[in-house]
Amino acid sequence: MSSPKKVFTKGNEAIAMAAINAGCRYYFGYPITPQNEIPEYMAAHLPAAGGEFLQAESEIASINMLIGAAATGARVMTSSSGPGISLMQEGFSYFAGNELPAVVVNMSRQGPGLGGINATQGDYFQSVKGGGHGDYKLIVLAPHTGQELYDLTIRAFEIAEKYRILTLILGDAILGQIKEPIVPWVPEKTAGDPDRDWLITGAQGRKPRLIKSLYLADGEMEKHNWHLQEKYARIERDDVMFEEVDTDDAELIIVAFGSVARIGKSAIARLREAGKKVGLLRPITLFPFPRKRLRELGSRSKKFLVAEMNTGQMVEDVKLSLPGDCQVEFYGRPGGSVPTPEDLFAVISASCEKIQAKEIV
Amino acid sequence: MKQVFKRPESMTAKPFHFCPGCHHGIVHRLVAEALDYFSLREKTIGIASVGCSVFLYDYFAVDVIEAPHGRAAAVATGTKRVLDDRIVFTYQGDGDLAAIGTSEVIHAANRGDNITVIFVNNSIYGMTGGQMAPTTLLGQRSTTSPYGRDRNRDGYPIKMTEMLAALEGPSLVSRVAVNTPGNVKRARKVIRQAFQMQVEGQGFSFVEVLSTCPTNWGMTPQAANNRIAEEMIPCFPLATLKQKDGNDVL
Repeated sequence: MSSPKKVFTKGNEAIAMAAINAGCRYYFGYPITPQNEIPEYMAAHLPAAGGEFLQAESEIASINMLIGAAATGARVMTSSSGPGISLMQEGFSYFAGNELPAVVVNMSRQGPGLGGINATQGDYFQSVKGGGHGDYKLIVLAPHTGQELYDLTIRAFEIAEKYRILTLILGDAILGQIKEPIVPWVPEKTAGDPDRDWLITGAQGRKPRLIKSLYLADGEMEKHNWHLQEKYARIERDDVMFEEVDTDDAELIIVAFGSVARIGKSAIARLREAGKKVGLLRPITLFPFPRKRLRELGSRSKKFLVAEMNTGQMVEDVKLSLPGDCQVEFYGRPGGSVPTPEDLFAVISASCEKIQAKEIV
Repeated sequence: MKQVFKRPESMTAKPFHFCPGCHHGIVHRLVAEALDYFSLREKTIGIASVGCSVFLYDYFAVDVIEAPHGRAAAVATGTKRVLDDRIVFTYQGDGDLAAIGTSEVIHAANRGDNITVIFVNNSIYGMTGGQMAPTTLLGQRSTTSPYGRDRNRDGYPIKMTEMLAALEGPSLVSRVAVNTPGNVKRARKVIRQAFQMQVEGQGFSFVEVLSTCPTNWGMTPQAANNRIAEEMIPCFPLATLKQKDGNDVL
């Protein structure tokens, strides 16, 4: 690890910096706000790192260039936002079928349609339920600070390679644009194993290889699907990430990811000062979702409040994870409105009062 | 006895699945011969497209990536940018390249990406069962132009070779046919030149090959061959419209 020197940087730049330090040498992308600092950083810094930045003609081209580059085993990345990520969904499905590793960043913006450029979490369903055709999953990472954007970018490359899967970093305009101090570091391993038996490199002294997703023979496609599902089950078993704050004695647990979780932390700190027993569960991996941990928490805390910058997406997964006797409330702000710590303080306080009122009855 | 004819080393022994009279088999062989000519088999990566040509990987003894429909040129760009000392080619039909993949091929050509694109134009969608293609001739009947292609409704057959030749990026842009022995010989030469451009690092090379689809044209192989001469070539003239010479690279 390099010396712990802090740099003051935008979230988007933290991602780009981390990607290069993680060994990413090829970036293909198309401009869209609010993520332009990523391609701009890559265009400026990849050549000096011995890599190549290429501005594609569309997000469709970007994701397909990524397919061609990922098949060689190189660490590769693209980034976009809402509408551009929608255009990439075809490619995401092929990544899943082809079992290729790569990292994609979605600094999401409001929708539907052209929407706007402010922060939102409206792309949760698209990210974790599969936005393209077919029965597949991506690994979805949801950072909530600049440092975590950096750390999870490095993690994204490692985990994509571990499972031969597309890893999506789901951020938003707040995370991408906010400038804060981070400590850059370099991982020990900055490239995948060159001896992997599926890499497309030219059939020199070996049998030709094939990367494909077409299976026409009887039963082949079902077999391939079960193989993918087995992989997703391993990911759910081994690579769930979450953070908990003050959940030990919590009577009310807030569940939030990304920017909302960060705002929620401020609200919870104030509520604790006021003597309220509230805690926070922050899923860091949205797929795999921390279902097991939620079930455990739901066996002792019976009240949950899910807060999201959308009209209620992750809340469905929270409800599916919790025991049936838990109460789940939802607080949502769609369309680019960001809740303040005061907003969350008020919403959580109201929930706490409902609990107390019930106890008195 | 002297052996005068054999299967190219770049081809597998698998029999083609193509319909009788289809030109894909000839075009596959010409590409394989070009790879053999420059001893490229072990450093070549093929990008398969969607359509009848998707089974490229069954017939070529090279590494292959199967691209989404229309995206072969973009996939090839990605591969070539990482492995710039390998030979990367796409093999695409007219629906794939000239309809859904128009944007990808134009921009790969315009960037001068050092790849080779083999474009098989048979004026119809083969694998999906004979629907109208962007290259379908005016008046030509297909399952989605049952009364013939109408210029007012469907526009005109698109001329990719002429379009790409207008760009500065490509090193070679040519249209050939394989309906007669003479045309096969010329096609062999041009396809070889296309790979030579890539070997020399001269940038994007593109060969359009006029091809039959007897099944979906509803013709015998012989009649289909005749149609190439009588209807296809008058609309899609055979010519090399752009060719950089060796000095351009210096």
